Amino acid sequence: MPKKVETLVLHDSSTPVFGDIQKGGSVVMANSQTLLDIATNQARAHALWPLTFGLACCAIEMMSTVAARFDLARFGSEAFRATPRQADVMIIAGRLSKKMAPVLRQIYDQMPEPKWVISMGACASSGGVYNNYAIVQGADQVVPVDVYVPGCPPSPDALMYGIIKLQNKIKQQSMKGTRQMKLIELKASTQEKVKV
Amino acid sequence: MSFEVMKDVAKPILTGFGITLNRLKKDKVTVQYPEERREQFVRTRWRHVLTRYDSGLERCIGCSLCAGACPARCIYVQAAENTDAERYSPGERYAERYEINMLRCIFCGYCQDACPTGAIVLRKDFELANYERDDFVYTKEMLLEPIRR
Repeated sequence: MPKKVETLVLHDSSTPVFGDIQKGGSVVMANSQTLLDIATNQARAHALWPLTFGLACCAIEMMSTVAARFDLARFGSEAFRATPRQADVMIIAGRLSKKMAPVLRQIYDQMPEPKWVISMGACASSGGVYNNYAIVQGADQVVPVDVYVPGCPPSPDALMYGIIKLQNKIKQQSMKGTRQMKLIELKASTQEKVKV
Repeated sequence: MSFEVMKDVAKPILTGFGITLNRLKKDKVTVQYPEERREQFVRTRWRHVLTRYDSGLERCIGCSLCAGACPARCIYVQAAENTDAERYSPGERYAERYEINMLRCIFCGYCQDACPTGAIVLRKDFELANYERDDFVYTKEMLLEPIRR
């Protein structure tokens, strides 16, 4: 049986996560967040459906994370979807070859917003030992990566820590911020059009 | 309902549920991860630590053998001379800069094998995931063990 080592020591447990519900039931909110943000973020963070996208040996650890010993279902992300239309998070598990990169990008584009990407393992994050002509040196050259999980391969608990980190990131989001970001992007694109 | 139907339909269903019920008697295998951790194996290799002697001096002498042994080429060592006024390690030289790119690292432990003084060891801290690429270049300050009192 697992030995109980210590009670809830995440690395940054001393600082409360914005948008996370604390033990008493209160919520720590960032200045830009509203109650609607908190509600949507909770719903998003605790139902992260991953996309079945195993590229190499990291996929074995990813499967193990879903199995009974580690049980990713406790975080609401046990439902691995085979279609990008139903997935929220893409776990790039394994080395991304240059031939696979356009496929990865297309599948990422097919995922509906909001979407997140976890780069799992040394090869997906940076190329790892495969510093050669065939492997993309970091999946962030192809898709925007939210959380990097180092390891070769990362053990199921290391991946689970990455997923908790992603949940914390989602909980800090606010619609105000993203809306402003999009407006700035729009402005930039219209200005470019005017110039042309 | 005939006897044949009972045999073909009801019996397999009952056997199936019997297996499920038997599983309920057994211990739960799930490790409740953030609250409790599983016991890591003895030879688990995760985050690197630069160790010190009991006197507080650093073990690392900046010889770059770890960087040479690394198959992913993720270690960078820059050595400097020790002086009597500023002494970091017992030998002639010490590591002025010691950086490991944790994203490149495959945690093979060859650096640990190559180290002549046993300065770099791979401990069992596996919680390394982070958001930004730049956060993964671990500097000497992050890797070095604090002085034991």
